[in-house]
Amino acid sequence: MADLSEQLQQQVLDARANKRPLTIVGGHTKAFMGRQTTGQLLNTAEHSGIINYQPVELVLTARAGTTIIEIEQALAANNQMLAFEPPVFSASSTIGGTLACNLSGPARPWGGSIRDHVLGVRIINGLGEHLKFGGQVMKNVAGYDVSRLQAGAMGSLGVITEISLKVMPKPASTATLVWDMPASEAITFINELAGKPKPISAMCWLQGRLYVRLSGARSAVEATIKQWQTQELTDADAFWDSLRHQQHPIFNNGLPLWRFSVNSAASMPSLDSDSLIDWGGSQRWYAGVQDLDEMQALAANAGGHVSLYSGGDRSADVMHRLPMTVQNIQKRIKASFDPDHIINPGRLYSWM
Amino acid sequence: MGAANESNNKPSKDELCHMFRAFIDAEYVIDDIETLKPYECDGLSMYCEMPLAVVLPNTIEQVQQVMRICHRFSIPVVARGAGTGLCAGAMPNAQGVVLSLAKFNQIIEIDTLTRTARLQPGVRNLAISEAAAQYGLYYGPDPSSQIACTIGGNIAENSGGVHCLKYGLTVHNVLSIEMLTVEGDKITVGSDGLDSCGLDLLALITGSEGLLGIVTEIKVKLLAVPEKAQVVMAGFDNVQQAGDSVGGIIAGGIIPAGLEMMDSYAITAAEDFAKAGYPKDAKALLLCEVDGTAEEVQEHIEQVEKLFHSFGATSVRTSQTQAERELLWKGRKCAFPAVGRISPDYYCMDGTIPRGQLAHVLTQMQRMSDHYQLRVANVFHAGDGNLHPLILFDANIAGEFEKTEEFGGKILELCVEVGGCITGEHGVGIEKIRQMPVQFNDRELMQFNAIKDAFDPAGTLNPGKGIPILHRCQEYRAIKPQETTNHG
Repeated sequence: MADLSEQLQQQVLDARANKRPLTIVGGHTKAFMGRQTTGQLLNTAEHSGIINYQPVELVLTARAGTTIIEIEQALAANNQMLAFEPPVFSASSTIGGTLACNLSGPARPWGGSIRDHVLGVRIINGLGEHLKFGGQVMKNVAGYDVSRLQAGAMGSLGVITEISLKVMPKPASTATLVWDMPASEAITFINELAGKPKPISAMCWLQGRLYVRLSGARSAVEATIKQWQTQELTDADAFWDSLRHQQHPIFNNGLPLWRFSVNSAASMPSLDSDSLIDWGGSQRWYAGVQDLDEMQALAANAGGHVSLYSGGDRSADVMHRLPMTVQNIQKRIKASFDPDHIINPGRLYSWM
Repeated sequence: MGAANESNNKPSKDELCHMFRAFIDAEYVIDDIETLKPYECDGLSMYCEMPLAVVLPNTIEQVQQVMRICHRFSIPVVARGAGTGLCAGAMPNAQGVVLSLAKFNQIIEIDTLTRTARLQPGVRNLAISEAAAQYGLYYGPDPSSQIACTIGGNIAENSGGVHCLKYGLTVHNVLSIEMLTVEGDKITVGSDGLDSCGLDLLALITGSEGLLGIVTEIKVKLLAVPEKAQVVMAGFDNVQQAGDSVGGIIAGGIIPAGLEMMDSYAITAAEDFAKAGYPKDAKALLLCEVDGTAEEVQEHIEQVEKLFHSFGATSVRTSQTQAERELLWKGRKCAFPAVGRISPDYYCMDGTIPRGQLAHVLTQMQRMSDHYQLRVANVFHAGDGNLHPLILFDANIAGEFEKTEEFGGKILELCVEVGGCITGEHGVGIEKIRQMPVQFNDRELMQFNAIKDAFDPAGTLNPGKGIPILHRCQEYRAIKPQETTNHG
């Protein structure tokens, strides 16, 4: 619960002076993501604490090392929440790491991602400069959107020290409906349902069953249940929590896990592996030993990208390869923040 | 990559137009003063400049060729959509070319199953929702210029509108774009998925005011048209009560589809213009729209009405029909032209503030208004804190616009002081470039410049807009020494 930004800044300055790369860690819960790196550890976990929270403004500002649990407790006391439902891998998972990895849960297609909810950040760039971008207001178009640029950058552009987020009221009521159907049918059905003006807040398919969560005013949820006339799930919270926090067996069966971010209506590739469809069809998980090039071809065919989310060879590239023109722009952006390549070099891509 | 740079061997204007006419119909390469004239400014007509030429290509390949030629000779390129922007972001460069994307006005595809639309950059914002309506879908962001402004321009400015508290800004509603780099190379940014691997260039390019590339195609998300929408209008005796009731609605767990506030000047002007039935004796007026399923709307409307009464509203009226809803909105939507009737000219500002600071900001603004002897009317996107003060002035009085600009600048500085920002949705362009050093320190501006260099090292894409180059910003600070102690 302290402001350690000066120490963090000094550590970056020292690393720069010694040309010694740094590996940023927070709660140590996302080391399995991205590529393996060997830099000296820069730990943000102690740089924590909620700095400002104004429930009526729907804005919360916290230091990067603040745990998701601490933030969600503060929000819950005011009947509010992080609408992007970030996965919490353990009690030490931080908001900084969640932004760096752009992690969002089942509500993402309806509630938005953490990237969508970031209003402002402070970062220490590779020059050791502590900079502030964005702010604590919903609308801000002054300057480039450096805040959202941090989402999914895996720390490549600097050490995130502070984050301002839009927060949302909790829905008054939720319920979950289920339909039994194969994946091929479910994909079309999911997209058809999503086109209806109903209070949908999550849609997931696994093991022959489609789960649709409704959230909103009690009357709206009840009327939709009545209209759609299907089975209602009783222990729904447990189901969605296990999906959100990635506790379902597919996440932990010891096999390489592939994450596809694709067109919501793309048909299922015939892979001989376990699969799970989330985000109303837009996010698909496959567990199995596969080749990145082959998976990439499938993803491109489905209108999106693939990454080797966990397991497999973490010294090789694990993210969808980018065309050379895009790669060059990304390299130059990296250099604009970190010209000496000392902040998380090689974590996102071997060339970054 | 493009051809060798020949920036020291620039062609004359005639030579340049000759090169363009080799692949663009002669009539769409404009270089005569009379035809160039309408392009000298965008929606902020106080800032004018004549370009060397305007080109209106109609294929991507032609745009690519224009970019290659301009890159080769380091000629500035200013992209232009409908020219409705309010920050002089599309004001031409005297040594440069205006690249009009107006001919790219086709909706390429609407995919009803995935609820997406593929668009050329010159498609009008409202045209998207009109085309999607037959499928029960619409496009969320609805800037007040939506009848004319284009989706390409919306990307450039990250446009908002009255519905963005609930449905987000442009950046939340775009899936992917096709873009030409300054060298004329085509890249795809984003995908059909909800995120992509690598750095999020889509976030960086949205709102970048044409400084990073030329957007040639856009894929947006569409939303299901809500079953029902109703609006509650409430009048208040003071601004504080109105502001508090906005907080009350949000604390009550309701995210309205739209939540707008007007002050007494704006109420009177709008009512005289639109005859919407606004209470002209009110000091503040709120319009709160709730949408969703029929049951949800009914439940929330009752809550909102109760809240308004409990916060001391002097009048509360709820739309009972679609016609009444449209009438209540008409006053708000006409507020700018309505204010235009009570003054020869007006200047629209665009700061954002934390909502809780509203009463303080309005009081301070009234003091400034007295000081500058200029009236100010306020229209406020109350849900998201985006304030549009309209400064009333007469451009025919010598020095009055300069005084207005100074007043406007002070308002933006006040917004930053209370924790807000200098522009919520109109963009920086040229208009607010002098206020950028108030919001950002030199190192932050240098970081912005470094990002610009990563895309456009020669600085030929919309030069002079959006981000001050540092020696200029030091000049700005030199004029305003009191601001050198800002954050950071």
